[in-house]
Amino acid sequence: MPRTWTWGLAAIALVIALVLPLSLSNFHLFQFSQVYIYAIALLGLNILTGYNGQISLGHGAFYAIGAYTTAIMIDQWSVPYGWTIPVAGVLCLVVGFLFGIPALRLEGLYLALATFALALAVPQILKYFEHWTGGSQGIVLGKPNPPWGLPINPDQWLYFLTLGILVVLLVLAANLLRGRTGRAVVAIRDNAIAAQSMGVNTALYKSLTFGVSAAYTGVAGALSAVTVAYVAPDSFDVFLSITFLVGIVIGGLASISGAIFGALFIQFVPNLAQDISKAAPWAIYGVFLIVFMYAMPRGIVGTVRLALARRLRRRAEPAAAPAGSPR
Amino acid sequence: MDTLIQQVVSGLATGGIYGSLALALVMIYQATEVVNYAQGQMAVFSTYLAWSMLNAGLPYWVAFAATLAIAFVGGLLLERILIRPVENAPVLTIVIVCIGLLVILNSVSGWIYSYIQKPFPSPFSSRPIQVGNIYFGAHDLGALGVTLVLLAALYAFFRFTTLGLAMRAAAQNPVSSRLCGIRVGWMLAVGWGLAAMVGAVGGMMVAPVVFLDPNMMSGILIYAFASATLGGFTSPGGAVLGGLIVGVIENLVGTYVSFIGTELKLTVALALILIVLLVRPSGLFGRATVHRV
Repeated sequence: MPRTWTWGLAAIALVIALVLPLSLSNFHLFQFSQVYIYAIALLGLNILTGYNGQISLGHGAFYAIGAYTTAIMIDQWSVPYGWTIPVAGVLCLVVGFLFGIPALRLEGLYLALATFALALAVPQILKYFEHWTGGSQGIVLGKPNPPWGLPINPDQWLYFLTLGILVVLLVLAANLLRGRTGRAVVAIRDNAIAAQSMGVNTALYKSLTFGVSAAYTGVAGALSAVTVAYVAPDSFDVFLSITFLVGIVIGGLASISGAIFGALFIQFVPNLAQDISKAAPWAIYGVFLIVFMYAMPRGIVGTVRLALARRLRRRAEPAAAPAGSPR
Repeated sequence: MDTLIQQVVSGLATGGIYGSLALALVMIYQATEVVNYAQGQMAVFSTYLAWSMLNAGLPYWVAFAATLAIAFVGGLLLERILIRPVENAPVLTIVIVCIGLLVILNSVSGWIYSYIQKPFPSPFSSRPIQVGNIYFGAHDLGALGVTLVLLAALYAFFRFTTLGLAMRAAAQNPVSSRLCGIRVGWMLAVGWGLAAMVGAVGGMMVAPVVFLDPNMMSGILIYAFASATLGGFTSPGGAVLGGLIVGVIENLVGTYVSFIGTELKLTVALALILIVLLVRPSGLFGRATVHRV
């Protein structure tokens, strides 16, 4: 896609996002805040899985670590919530980096299994450290009020907060992945040995990518703790991690905007399925998933890219033909 | 000492069930390099079908055989209908289709049969078998026996029949097999059918112990992952042995290490998976994968 288009579409999306609060109820605003939070988490997972080729079925674990960091800091030490979000990000960066080191030895299926096991163990571990985490009861937090006496209600404030953080993180990710670092990350995915022989420190880049990816997901988790104002171990089960994976594959691997489409899907399609059939909503959701994969095996963004590339080629061909002809 | 032996035997019995599900996973993985996340849910659905037939008054072993036949055909059809269209898509796409299948089966079995736990009969007598001072559950021994018979039958099938040979060839080198006239696509479908059958046996053996409900297999699937990892994803025999080892470890750790108890059981599986992956990623009996550069 030409770059001016990309910027134009991004600007239109941002304007829509800024105008939305004028017309939506608080509940719908909450749903959209959730979409932005998911988008941040999916962006993190996409950096790891889409760009770097490391499959993770355990990003729910980092989401949980982020959420609990925020919740515990607010609950135990009454730290202002704004400070807990970067702390959650940094903590997840460190944990992700450390988990990335043993994960260096694993690829494909084995990495998927190791991270899957991590996602499974998290709810149990959270319940075990009852003193900090409140056990299976979880921790209840208060909804923050908008600062600086802004004339908006808490839901609107949270909406703008999550939107703002999403935009900043989107720009950061786009810059990170466009330059030298991004080329190294993608080169490792495409051919690790060739990348190494070109002087890319694959081990360092892979663990760092794991760390950055975990940090994004951790920030998303922290925001979710603030927005939902409640954390409990069972909301971070293995299904959350699977949902993230579904999100990035549906949205489109190795694409920045795919995170937003994926987030819209995982937030709204289950509700849609519920509307269609109260009795077996997940069966409808499963059918959606499968049909979607048949129709767009490369996700939303992948399909759009393919269609655009085809159109450009078709437009280029008739133009090229007369030039090549003898007359 | 008596407790130890008793715990080991009951560990072997549950281990046999983990092993059979692990075997089902390994069979599909070997043929297609895809882990079928819906394997456990397929087993649950088959077990519900068996439950319906038993409720309709069929004798146990008739229902057992009928369930295996239905599971085989069902697995075969699932591969043909669901997996075949995405055969050449990226691996993650196939994973998502499997996840879709998982949620569909889970939801549909909950919808038809409700989420209430149901008792499932065991074909073996409820009276424990006494050897010296030690009591063994008849179901434990029976389940272990059924698993071993199943394994022997599968071994014989893959080792001594033409179809088994063709399936192994299709898994190992699809292109050459196709040139030899083997219908590779159908071999994959038969593999799915067999895996569904093996899973169904696991489901029917575990249901009397944990009761039947739509989420019955989710915990067991994790242990099956651990078993397959321990035994090696490239070794069917290893997967079963891995299952037995995991079953025994789970029971012994639960009995003798007090702070773990039942609360951190899944964490034990996690630790096991991580340790194996770090020390010997290809598992005890698996082949190390060699990449061509």
